Amino acid sequence: MISTTSSVSLAASIQDLHKTYYLKGETVHALRGVSFDVPMGDYVAIMGPSGSGKSTLLNLLGCLDKPDLDRGRLLLGNDDIGRMNDDQLAMIRASRIGFVFQSYNLIAQLTVLENIQVPLYYMGRLGRKERQRCRELAELVGLEHRLSHRPSQLSGGQQQRVAIARSLVNDPYFILADEATGNLDSVTTAEILKLFQRLNDEGRTIILVTHEDDVAQHAKRRVRLRDGQLHSDEQTQNRIIL
Amino acid sequence: MALWLRTWQLGVKSLLLHPMRSLLTVLGIFIGVASVIWLLAIGEGISIEAQKQIEGLGADNIIVRSVKPPSEATTEIRGPVPYGLTRAEYQILVDTIPTIKSALPIREVRRQFKRGPRLIDGRLVGTTPDYARILRMEIDQGRFITEADMQYNKNFCVLAAEVAEFLFPYENPIGRKIQLPEHEQFFQVVGVLKPRTATAAIGGSLDAQEFNKDIYIPITTLQKRIGDQITVRRSGSFEGEIVQLNQITLSVHDVGQVLQTAEIVQHTLAPRHKAYSDINVVVPLELLEQARTTRLMFIVFMGLIAAISLLVGGIGIMNIMLATVTERTREIGIRRALGARRQHIVSQFLVETIALSIVGALVGVVVGLACPFVMTQVRLGLEHYRPDLMESLPAVVRNVTPVIVPESIPLAFVISVLIGVVFGLYPAVRAAYMDPIEALRHE
Repeated sequence: MISTTSSVSLAASIQDLHKTYYLKGETVHALRGVSFDVPMGDYVAIMGPSGSGKSTLLNLLGCLDKPDLDRGRLLLGNDDIGRMNDDQLAMIRASRIGFVFQSYNLIAQLTVLENIQVPLYYMGRLGRKERQRCRELAELVGLEHRLSHRPSQLSGGQQQRVAIARSLVNDPYFILADEATGNLDSVTTAEILKLFQRLNDEGRTIILVTHEDDVAQHAKRRVRLRDGQLHSDEQTQNRIIL
Repeated sequence: MALWLRTWQLGVKSLLLHPMRSLLTVLGIFIGVASVIWLLAIGEGISIEAQKQIEGLGADNIIVRSVKPPSEATTEIRGPVPYGLTRAEYQILVDTIPTIKSALPIREVRRQFKRGPRLIDGRLVGTTPDYARILRMEIDQGRFITEADMQYNKNFCVLAAEVAEFLFPYENPIGRKIQLPEHEQFFQVVGVLKPRTATAAIGGSLDAQEFNKDIYIPITTLQKRIGDQITVRRSGSFEGEIVQLNQITLSVHDVGQVLQTAEIVQHTLAPRHKAYSDINVVVPLELLEQARTTRLMFIVFMGLIAAISLLVGGIGIMNIMLATVTERTREIGIRRALGARRQHIVSQFLVETIALSIVGALVGVVVGLACPFVMTQVRLGLEHYRPDLMESLPAVVRNVTPVIVPESIPLAFVISVLIGVVFGLYPAVRAAYMDPIEALRHE
């Protein structure tokens, strides 16, 4: 099901994606022809055991790496990621992708509010309106009373909520969550998943990379990878809605 | 603009996370900057000092001095040793060399001067009326020696400021008499000079001159009343010497003739002093060149020290920044993932090194400006606690007053910021070219 149509309604279009690493004379085929689309408003869980190419796909979707140029391509909106230079990729990361990491990855020296502002800062768009929006996002994730706290003064769940606010600040194509609940206890995990679900209900696209079935059970759709290839792509049965 | 402000804010914030580390890093730059300012200030001080001396001696002058020959050379001579310039030679120089404008014969004797119960050691200088003009002496009261004083071998004298102050603390010295106990001679004071700063010795060819303990009399009077033979009692035995003139100061019409005339003077006098070397021709113009060379050597030497310390400072910065970059690999990864371009990372780390070097430069400038004050304090301290050590230092070191060169401040500043950029660039670029995926994985 390779889509070649103009994919304005698609957040991401993955078309016969290949990625090959060359490590010390050894060739590793991390991805060997993966194809699927992520429409706007979708909530996808990408699953697979270690070595399945899950992390590679994540790095490509996050524009941290480029796919093989000779076969297939990766489109985010209308941008062909494989044909961009380093600065253009950085610009896409700043303006189109909302990262949420397993270990939160907030900047220790900055306050909550400043952490939320970082992507805007690198887009060169940090006016009064944007600052106000950052406050609103902090409110959205329930941290309006913690604006000038440092990450070290927050709990894991609170830090992850800061990271989610940060991922929303640039109005991204999709939120790319990498094992976002991996470091959290079950109660906090539920809170974060609830927040994701609410964001998805509001129309946000979410791509959840995880190896936990419980977590994937919250997504609308599940994509499984195995040995660098698409193993299955199906709507979630018995989806958990919080 | 706002972005720049934020970058700087962030840089300073990051530096303050490790105050001790930042302080030590700043130290290297600070020493370099301070030494640049110090070296230029001291160099300038030496140069001004030298210029003053040359001016005192006169660039268009040639100074011929009598030098006491070494005692090995005169063992065969019994009794007082005659040496040095003669009045006949003075006459020959004046009569035969056309480029000479004026010539000043000088005879100096170390003597004691007495006024009532007060006794002072000083220098009795026999000379001509031209002396005051050529050596730029200023009259405080009365007058200098005149032609008439010379003609009639008058027992008139002119006192330098310190002698006058000491011998006549309460009265006007003009018209009073002072005594030379060693010769049972009395001299009437006709003038008093204004104080004059001593000249330091230059390059070993000319002794330091302390004019403030001088008493000037007509050279003809000195010859008549005291004579050429001087007996000095030294450690129980008498030593005698016979000297007609201690110095002849020659002026030429034009500065361009100085070197040539000096050569002629040398050639004229040389045959008369073959037996042992007892004269010395000093050309202030040459001394000026020497002073310039000395200054240049000093600047090169200190410049080397400054360069080394700036280099060490720069390496220190680079070292710290490399450590910082490694330590903050994760942060770099996060920033890259959130959209920082390579240039953003480069400027983030460059700003930190530049901030460090600016702080270093500011402290360095402050310490640099303190140079004249510190030098004075050190000198005073040495004079007080270790006068012997002070005595053994060369006159240049003892007398130099550092003069801050205004240009040295922006110069030092620019150099230190350049050091920050040059040595900060490598760590910053290294940070920027990290693989963001690797950096994110870094613990």
